[in-house]
Amino acid sequence: MEDKITFIKDGIRLDGRRVDEARPIKVEVGVLARADGSCYLEMGNNKVIAAVYGPREVHPRHLQEVSRAIVRYRYNMASFSVEERRRPGPDRRSYELSKVSREALSPVILTSYFPRSVIDIFVEVLQADAGTRTAGINAASVALADAGIPMKSLISSCAAGKVDDQIVLDPMKEEDNFGQADMPIAMTPGGEITLLQMDGHMTVEESHRAMELAMKGCRDIYNMQRKVLIDRYSQMENATRQEEAVI
Amino acid sequence: MDRMDRKVAIPGDLLSEDKGRSGEGTYVKDDKVYSLLYGIANYRDKINVIPLAGKYVPATGDNVIGIVKDVTFSNWIVDINSPYDGLLHISEFPKRIEMDEMQNYLRIGSSVMARVKDVDSTMKVELTLNDRRLGTLKTGRIIEISHTRVPRLIGKGGSMISMLKKELNCNIFVGQNGRIWVNGNEKEMDLALKTILIIEKEAHTNGLTDRIVEFLRTETSARS
Repeated sequence: MEDKITFIKDGIRLDGRRVDEARPIKVEVGVLARADGSCYLEMGNNKVIAAVYGPREVHPRHLQEVSRAIVRYRYNMASFSVEERRRPGPDRRSYELSKVSREALSPVILTSYFPRSVIDIFVEVLQADAGTRTAGINAASVALADAGIPMKSLISSCAAGKVDDQIVLDPMKEEDNFGQADMPIAMTPGGEITLLQMDGHMTVEESHRAMELAMKGCRDIYNMQRKVLIDRYSQMENATRQEEAVI
Repeated sequence: MDRMDRKVAIPGDLLSEDKGRSGEGTYVKDDKVYSLLYGIANYRDKINVIPLAGKYVPATGDNVIGIVKDVTFSNWIVDINSPYDGLLHISEFPKRIEMDEMQNYLRIGSSVMARVKDVDSTMKVELTLNDRRLGTLKTGRIIEISHTRVPRLIGKGGSMISMLKKELNCNIFVGQNGRIWVNGNEKEMDLALKTILIIEKEAHTNGLTDRIVEFLRTETSARS
């Protein structure tokens, strides 16, 4: 008889992580010369790139708001981002993710500073491995800061899931597809939740535990986002230092 | 400036526990001061965060350089390197002209040095040319830098810009919107543009004015 496949053995998951361990994250800021702000981000095997344009003039004109800027967010998956080629273009899923991601970010953006304008955010998923919406929100938040847009804080986003009746942080594709539940959240470093979704089944206690675990994940991601923004500047400062030294 | 009173801030960073020190680019929540922007926090009496990027938002009294993008029956619509277009009414032209003559003075593509006369709450931007220092630009060159670097180009009390004008023997007009007009002989204009681009690149570093003086000395001596 074949053994029953398990997701977790001796507290170690299929990809070698512990249950409360997130995938490695890599963040780069200012990767696109022609966007006002941009960010490239990897969360495990997820690869996303975010570009921010604006504030700029609104087209089509009728969308414009007299007293504030509008925020547009486009989440798009590249056709080559998944194993089986995906039909290009927006679908029901990407419309929904665009909406919830926009609503996750817009509470911190000071739109009243730029009446009659638009802030455009484009997120392209280059490679997907569960948790692309959270990766997209993390990248978009750094790109917004890079564009010099006034915000109350950054937004960090992370998911928790349930596999083998255990709560795990940051599920990857196998755990997401065959697990019991998935709960992505987004929050400010102050702990205010701006996105909370869930599919699957969890008890009340489990959902509390999942929430706490995901919030811990968000705080770690926030530190990465913060570090990359701070380091970028000190790097520029050191570069000019070195130039001076050469002269 | 002392190094200790400047540091990089990101949106949401706690800058001070004293709400009285809230300056530009900051906000107050629960009597504490936080940063609104990604930029350099300057600690003086007030804490100001100077952004490293961002779009120019016109304010009344700013001098700007604009490029005419459309002519309507009584207004020139002027691109001022901002999300908002400037409106230059025919009556704000230094001399009285008839509506059908507008094209003879400023047409699409013409450049002007203008002042922002008024900005209302819906960001309707009114421009004026009614000043001896303002007017149309017919000679020279225009260069565009990020408007966040303009204060550095001008320097403390105008130190940087007056030094540039003297050393380069050029006429320079700096628009708050990040457009700069330079007029002089060809060689000097080349050097001026080069220098301005260096200032833009190194705007956030210390002791920049001294380094620029040094740079100009070596450039000019190499030539002669």
